[in-house]
Amino acid sequence: MVADISTAAPTPAYTADEIMTIVASRELKNHDVVFVGIGIPSTAANLARRTHSPDVVLIYESGTIGTKPTRTPLSIGDGELADTADAVVSVPEIFAYWLQPGRIDKGFLGAAQIDRWGNLNSTVIGDYDHPTVRLPGAGGAPEIAMAAKETVIVLRQNPRAFVAELPFISSVGHYRGHGSRAEIGASGAGPSIVVTDFGVLRPDAITDELTLVSIHPGRTVDEAIAATGWPLRVSPDLVATPEPTDSELRELRKLNSL
Amino acid sequence: MTNITTLQEAIQTHVHDGDMVALEGFTHLIPVAAGHEIIRQGRRDLTLVRMTPDLVYDQMIGAGCARKLVFSWGGNPGVGSLHRLREAIEKGYPHPLEIEEHSHAGMTVRYVAGASGLPFGTLRGYIGTDLPAHTDSIAPITCPFTGEVLTAVSALNPDVGIIHAQQADRQGNVGFWGIIGVQKEAILASRRSIVTVEQIVDEFDPRVRVVLPHWVVSAVAEVPGGARPSYAHGYYERDNDYYREWDVISRERESFDSWLQTTVMQPAGV
Repeated sequence: MVADISTAAPTPAYTADEIMTIVASRELKNHDVVFVGIGIPSTAANLARRTHSPDVVLIYESGTIGTKPTRTPLSIGDGELADTADAVVSVPEIFAYWLQPGRIDKGFLGAAQIDRWGNLNSTVIGDYDHPTVRLPGAGGAPEIAMAAKETVIVLRQNPRAFVAELPFISSVGHYRGHGSRAEIGASGAGPSIVVTDFGVLRPDAITDELTLVSIHPGRTVDEAIAATGWPLRVSPDLVATPEPTDSELRELRKLNSL
Repeated sequence: MTNITTLQEAIQTHVHDGDMVALEGFTHLIPVAAGHEIIRQGRRDLTLVRMTPDLVYDQMIGAGCARKLVFSWGGNPGVGSLHRLREAIEKGYPHPLEIEEHSHAGMTVRYVAGASGLPFGTLRGYIGTDLPAHTDSIAPITCPFTGEVLTAVSALNPDVGIIHAQQADRQGNVGFWGIIGVQKEAILASRRSIVTVEQIVDEFDPRVRVVLPHWVVSAVAEVPGGARPSYAHGYYERDNDYYREWDVISRERESFDSWLQTTVMQPAGV
């Protein structure tokens, strides 16, 4: 597959989605209990399980706990998730007993839009009652964003997705920054990382504002700034994202081809 | 008296114009055939309830059955948007569609409250989101023991709950397994209930994990393949290709109408 990122640097031998998936998978540690959504989060979590973190525990909102699928499921409720799970519980139980009390180490989320505080919109573009685009809605995300000990967000970076003002907050991140998330009673710590196709953003230790801390191979800081709908802060300690390794790419492509 | 009947008879008897109807199923065991029978019988002004309205609700909304949708995630799983749902919300076609929007956790608590005979349920939920500002059935509540402010959501008590299960026995007891979703709660929260099953058996498969006794189920109908294109664990797999095809079929009014006429509106009695 040809890389779909344009750059002055030599064309990388992987796609934007591939590096996002690989960088996100590196964020998961062995024995982490991860609440996984479908798409890149699911692929990244399964990549982690097949490479550096064989004992990562994957939970899908369909009620499957400790599932070990051999291929990436199309939906969160595919039969294989149940067949390979340690336990299958009801949907009321997964949210009440497993998510709400804080048993989840990492909630893995995507969205249509994000703001500088890591708040997410997956509900509507335009006015709620007269929407320009009606999106599918929040699903399980509001309580995952609230109750997981931390959240990992994966989202392609462009000015339509990284916006100064969200039309709707579907899931809370660092709310209005400066510790305001804790004041409104969200139990988990909120987004610890946002992985994009340009780099990695993390919240500032004081203000909580998302800050570019790592830039992917073949990308420039100026490009990342141009892809952001607010004046993007760049860390003075900015690093280069380590290249995907051959084994990461091999395992990811194997997973995607199944 | 048996509750075993035909799907046509079950819908005729239990689903009326203006009813609140919940066809539940979480990716697995979606009661698609029952939804098609509701379309064929021309029901109107329904309030449709479901956590994850997917293809069958897109079809019912496109066919003009619905006045309102109560939901938490309305999309085509792994594929994208539901075009008929979007057209109803964005353009009021074929009818304006009122929405009552929640999160998954909130919807499960509403079903559990409904099944428990309580007027509301509580959770730690919706914090920092704009959902409570748009949804009247979400309100803050203070814990009388700790003073913590929690979120209350009103109970769901549909007029009719409809699910699909793998098996029923000859007394009309219902058994299912695999991903069990919110089906038990949806049935117990509803005033009347219909269950379509893959098979009526003399004795349940040992894999059966949930049994709904016949006396809480108004009607049971044997409808093999009644969950397609979703799946029935132990019977058939999810038709992922069909979910992708639906994106094309449902995109334009014309292609949807022609699908509706040729696929659903043919003579009843599947």
